[in-house]
Amino acid sequence: MKEKEFKRIYVWQVPVRIFHWANALSIVVLAVTGIIIANPPALQSDHEAYETFYMGYVRVSHFIAAYVFVAAMLLRIYWAFVGNQYAHWKSFVPFTKKWFSNLFYVIKHDVFMLPYNEKKSKLLHISVGHNSLASFTYLIMFVLALIMVFTGFGLYSQNASWWLPKLFSWVPTFLGSDFTTRLIHHISMWLIIFLVIIHIYFVIYHDVTEKEGEVSSMINGHIFKEKS
Amino acid sequence: MAVTSKRETYLESILKMGYTRRDFMKFATYMAAYMGLENSAVGQIAHALEKTPRLPVIWEHYQECTCCSESFIRSDHPIVADIILDKISLDYTETLMAAAGEQAEAAKHETMKKYHGEYILCVEGSIPLGDDGNYCCIAGKTAIQQFKEAAEGAKAIIAWGSCASNGCVQSAKPNPTDATPIHKLVSDKPLIRVPGCPPIGEVMAGVIVHVVAFGRLPELDGAKRPKAFYAKRVHDSCYRRAYYDAGLFVESFDDENAKKGYCLYKVGCKGPMTYNACGTIKWNNGVSYPIQSGHGCFGCSEDNFWDNGPIYERLTAIPGFGIEHTADSIGKAVTGAVAVGVAAHAVASTIKNKLKKSEN
Repeated sequence: MKEKEFKRIYVWQVPVRIFHWANALSIVVLAVTGIIIANPPALQSDHEAYETFYMGYVRVSHFIAAYVFVAAMLLRIYWAFVGNQYAHWKSFVPFTKKWFSNLFYVIKHDVFMLPYNEKKSKLLHISVGHNSLASFTYLIMFVLALIMVFTGFGLYSQNASWWLPKLFSWVPTFLGSDFTTRLIHHISMWLIIFLVIIHIYFVIYHDVTEKEGEVSSMINGHIFKEKS
Repeated sequence: MAVTSKRETYLESILKMGYTRRDFMKFATYMAAYMGLENSAVGQIAHALEKTPRLPVIWEHYQECTCCSESFIRSDHPIVADIILDKISLDYTETLMAAAGEQAEAAKHETMKKYHGEYILCVEGSIPLGDDGNYCCIAGKTAIQQFKEAAEGAKAIIAWGSCASNGCVQSAKPNPTDATPIHKLVSDKPLIRVPGCPPIGEVMAGVIVHVVAFGRLPELDGAKRPKAFYAKRVHDSCYRRAYYDAGLFVESFDDENAKKGYCLYKVGCKGPMTYNACGTIKWNNGVSYPIQSGHGCFGCSEDNFWDNGPIYERLTAIPGFGIEHTADSIGKAVTGAVAVGVAAHAVASTIKNKLKKSEN
């Protein structure tokens, strides 16, 4: 086997990585506590109600994680304007011809694993950061996150005393009722769970098949690319 | 008694009915308390009822069951029923007025003409728009014609109950009569929604006293509901809230937890999504309310509550999937499908790599 040469490219800047892990952690906490709130497990207790505060802690964790989620989101939106090319908002909504050809390439060869022509596969190298399908998925993820923030804070606003969540008090009225708002919040959670599963799988898949260090890149920020 | 204005004031008619001034002051205090006003407002209410000439009220009934009227006449204080209903010059209400037929219609039209721009229009019931509105006709006119006519000269409109506020059961799927809540039919008048099936009698009294005593609507929220009564969820003022926060739930209606009076969240209580004053004002003169009687709230004051999923389960139906398909059941199925897809992809790529290696 001939020796391959790799170069190390700095892709994920520090704020992107901070965002990623804050986001990941908050999503895990939000989903777990959210599922508990939606359908709390049957607990039996010898204690009187005033001695325990189990649901209270679950809900408080949900709300704290929600604030972390929003803070990370704001950081990421800011960085989408001042960050490097891989973090820039334009990399998520390019819709150019090159972007589309990369999109079809990824769908054909990464998702459906159809054989590809090595000479034509130059297109592969345009995706140092996200490939087209991934960036489009993150755009959907961003929209879902916005839906979560609006419906979540909308439901929360009635109990809130701070002005920020109160800004969202129009949401349940706009959607009709808390019932509808909660349903949308709940469905969006499932959609995010699907995307998280697919995201984690494909990161590992690319790391294994292309050996570019994708998994560790979100820790140290660097991706290895074959020198051509 | 000196008559200070052409039209009787509230105080004058109250005294005429045989109540004492002391009764009147008690009534004013009750009303201030119901409206959530502070102590100093008692004087303001008393003053307003003493000085203001009575406002004429037209109370229309369309597609409804009259439970709102029933609730109202049972509200706590006798003066409420006597004064508001008999004496607030309820010039027209099909259920309670002595007149009938031509006489009744004549009385209504006289009020509408004489007090144009001054009377309060109360509406109980939704208005059917389907088939030219023929599903509900009164005195030879459709409900929508009657309503437009009465709304035209109204000073303000009060939508009583879930029918007038949200459409209630008549507008539940498939809504055969195209029943429509009244806020969708009028936009140029001050309007207040008092949802509930029925609304609490004291809430209705509080709202109407506010309107007639101060001549303006109480403070409303974004959905045009009076904030004094609809600012909080039933859940937030529920006496079982401590069990919710502790995570202690009734799992089924006959279990030990139900006997202990734990939270009814898991057996379908809609309190956490329902804005109403049941937890504080309660029902039947403050005796109880659904949750206190061991039954979950089913959200009767919320928009579209008949179509919002089963009463005894904490599930919200997804439109188009039927009630047995909930967000969770679909979510679990799709998560399974995604996991299978991911696994298939992993296996296929491994096989492909093996084949590639063996080719080399």
